[in-house]
Amino acid sequence: MLHLILFSVFGFVCVAGAVNLLLQRHPINSALSLVVVMGSLAVEFLLLGAEFVAAIQVIVYAGAVMVLFVFVIMLLNAGEEERTSGSRVAWLLGIPAVLAGMVIVCWALLARSNAGVAAIGALPGHPADIAQLLFHQFLLPFEVTSILVLIAIMGAVVLAARTESVARSKRED
Amino acid sequence: MTPNLHLWLIPILPLIGAAINGLLGKRFSRQMVAGVALAFCGAAFGMALWIAARFSSLTLPHVENLATWLSSGSFSVDYSFALDQLSLVMLLIVTGVGFLIHIYSVGYMWEDGGYYRFFSYLNLFMFFMLTLVLASNYLLMFVGWEGVGLASYLLIGFFFLRDSAAAAGKKAFIVNRIGDFGFLIALFLMIKHFGTLDFQRVFDAVKPYSPETAGVGFLTAIALLLMLGACGKSAQIPLYVWLPDAMEGPTPVSALIHAATMVTAGVYMVARSHVIFERAPSALMVVAIIGTLTAFFAATIGIAQTDIKKVLAYSTISQLGYMFLACGVAAFSAGIFHLMTHAFFKGLLFLAAGSVIHAVGGEQDMRKMGGLRKHIPWTFWTMTIATLAIAGIPPFAGFFSKDEILWRAYQASWIYWLIGIVTAFLTSFYMFRLWFMTFFGEYRGAAAASHGHEEHVLDSRAGAPAPHGHGHAGIHESPAIMLAPLVILAVLSVVGGWVGWPGSLGGNNRFDQFLGPVFRVSTPAVNTEHAQAGESLPPEKETEGAEPKTGHRTELIFTGISVGAGLLGLFLAWLLYLRRPELPDRIAASLHGLYSAVAHKYWIDELYAWLFVKPLIALSGTVFWRGIDQGVIDATLNSSADGARDLSDEVRHMQSGNIRSYAAWIAVGATAVVAYMVWVGLRTP
Amino acid sequence: MVPLSYYLVLSGMLFACGVTGFLIKRNIITIFMSIELMLNGVNLSFVAFAARWQQLSGQVFVFFVMVVAAAEAAVGLAIIIALFRTRETLNVDQVNLLKL
Repeated sequence: MLHLILFSVFGFVCVAGAVNLLLQRHPINSALSLVVVMGSLAVEFLLLGAEFVAAIQVIVYAGAVMVLFVFVIMLLNAGEEERTSGSRVAWLLGIPAVLAGMVIVCWALLARSNAGVAAIGALPGHPADIAQLLFHQFLLPFEVTSILVLIAIMGAVVLAARTESVARSKRED
Repeated sequence: MTPNLHLWLIPILPLIGAAINGLLGKRFSRQMVAGVALAFCGAAFGMALWIAARFSSLTLPHVENLATWLSSGSFSVDYSFALDQLSLVMLLIVTGVGFLIHIYSVGYMWEDGGYYRFFSYLNLFMFFMLTLVLASNYLLMFVGWEGVGLASYLLIGFFFLRDSAAAAGKKAFIVNRIGDFGFLIALFLMIKHFGTLDFQRVFDAVKPYSPETAGVGFLTAIALLLMLGACGKSAQIPLYVWLPDAMEGPTPVSALIHAATMVTAGVYMVARSHVIFERAPSALMVVAIIGTLTAFFAATIGIAQTDIKKVLAYSTISQLGYMFLACGVAAFSAGIFHLMTHAFFKGLLFLAAGSVIHAVGGEQDMRKMGGLRKHIPWTFWTMTIATLAIAGIPPFAGFFSKDEILWRAYQASWIYWLIGIVTAFLTSFYMFRLWFMTFFGEYRGAAAASHGHEEHVLDSRAGAPAPHGHGHAGIHESPAIMLAPLVILAVLSVVGGWVGWPGSLGGNNRFDQFLGPVFRVSTPAVNTEHAQAGESLPPEKETEGAEPKTGHRTELIFTGISVGAGLLGLFLAWLLYLRRPELPDRIAASLHGLYSAVAHKYWIDELYAWLFVKPLIALSGTVFWRGIDQGVIDATLNSSADGARDLSDEVRHMQSGNIRSYAAWIAVGATAVVAYMVWVGLRTP
Repeated sequence: MVPLSYYLVLSGMLFACGVTGFLIKRNIITIFMSIELMLNGVNLSFVAFAARWQQLSGQVFVFFVMVVAAAEAAVGLAIIIALFRTRETLNVDQVNLLKL
């Protein structure tokens, strides 16, 4: 019972945040809504017993990635969205497709699924257990992703750096 | 024990000659070309003579099987040649008359361009005709049948730069094709009913049937279709229209192909298939009627023609009508007899006409000739013999054969005889008209005594005829190489009929006896013991013997009537064209409607053009060309190409550079995949 | 005791919101955030299934997803900055040089 209440409340918050992301016109508002979503998602993780994942969801996702987003928004001085119309297809085909897909999935899951029930804390994900898996079975992906991150950093630095000519022209002003 | 006569060599030798002349002849000198052609044709003739000499020692029919041509299930056709009395007669005629005409052509065509091409085609024709005659199954005969049509087309259109010649060649081939269609359907029916096309096997299969007197059965159908083929090839009503136009070809071609050999292929084929025809009385009647009508019809046209070759062309159609009349009253050997004598005298007539045309410098209109007998005596005398022969004056060749046909026709129905007699009168009339107009009276033409002032460019282009007047003095006799065949054919026109000297006049008709075994063997239901005993005394002789003096007397009376008709024609021609030459024009003026119809050949060509040719061309132009070819085929291809282009033009707009539309399409695709997976998942229980 | 399919439906709804955001938003940064939303929805689905099949590797996978998402966000935003420098706009509809 408690499980269901908690799940519903935080599920509602998730969805509300997601919808708010869609409705807001200024990107900073959307970013903050996304933070809310991530936070309530962390609680959902906890309800399923995934402690480690919930923690890093808050630390990495909400705490680092979203901060990065906010920095860039402020750097680029992004303002409210203008109303330009670029693609009719997106409205005419894309939205109905998404809605249809959602309906199909929900119906399949709710009406026909026999996935069973999950209790609170269904699968405890202690860091020790996760670490066991991470450094034994998933060692290779672990190493590869670390290299990936390294490359991403380098790439980001290169891409975002000011080019020489721009720097020189700025200095000459 | 049948010796191997190598029958296949007889057609092959001219084929080799044709190949050599056709492929290499361009580099040969004229003498070389002539030599090659004469050598191979003469070799074929020599072989024919050699076979004739050994003929009595052969067991008949003598069949030589070379190889299997095609074999499909239970149906098979071989390359095989056969020899019996009928084919021996045809063989000798074709090779003999053919060889003589080859010799004649060496001189006649000397100034024309394309010399090697002419002789190549001529030898090619010999090959096909000999295949036709010697074949022992219908399919090989059909090969020869088609091939002579091809050779005819090539030779009629020999002077291909002349539009009229090219058109005449086309007309001949196309009209022949209509007849060949009938022939083909007959072949298909034969395959369906008998499963074979071999003569012996077909005839053995047909023999048990009794004559289809109760109307039309499949034998009648086969016979009528074969007759349709014969009508095309042998220029009978309604497919005769190509023969007069075929006179566009050089005169030796007219002599060989359109008088002596190719046009007789139809008669040969009907005679060969007599087993089938005898069991289809209604078909035989159709044959007789067509033959009679054609003979009369063509003769009426012949009396008003002014071109010497056209007169002879219509005369050929008319005489072929006689041959078909003979076949139609089941007097097949009489028909073949007339075929033989006709080959002699008609071949001679054409060659002599060529000599006349050569003498007067290319003029073919008889109104511009006259009085030539003093200038070209050899031609005159040989042509006289031929004219007497065709008019049926005894003791020349035509008399015996025509008389036998008329007598046998009378025995079938007096109507045939009556029309035949009238036609004989007309034949004699127009032939002597030709004779008088050409050789007697005053010369009305343009070839003056000396051609000195005329310049002659010897036109040696391949496609145009050379002007046949040369720089020598005026009207001159032909060279010896052209006169020799004339003389030989004249001798044959005199003595050629004597092999068929009828019983009523004291002979024993050796020709009829010779061909007896071929035509008696399958007389339905009667006298089988005679056939098996191989008696040479034909039953009809028995019937003639059965009514002794009275039969002979009646026959003699009719013989007298036919001679009288011939002499009457001679008299009338003398009257109108020598004694009172102003009369023909007055008669023509007073009968001008009738005369106009006859002079315009009853407007048959115009009728066919209006009825068939124009609608076909219109149909072809509007429906087949514009409608189907352009409208359907081209349009389909073009529209599919256009469609592809238009489709890609539309699809191109998808690549808009706009991320959101790309995302939308991805979303659509993803939804489709999800839906599919859900559906699959729900299907499996 | 919550049926697992509820978690999956929640995950689906988050994902759908992400796609919708991608389709209707014109600001490139907002579109990026929609992508992050989609990834979060998927993460929830992974954890749910890990609980269902009692296998921890589902949670480990979430870990990897986060790592990759972070890297991707970094590089993506760097690209946006570079793009902004040349085009002076964050409007996705105006960056369509790749059209035919």
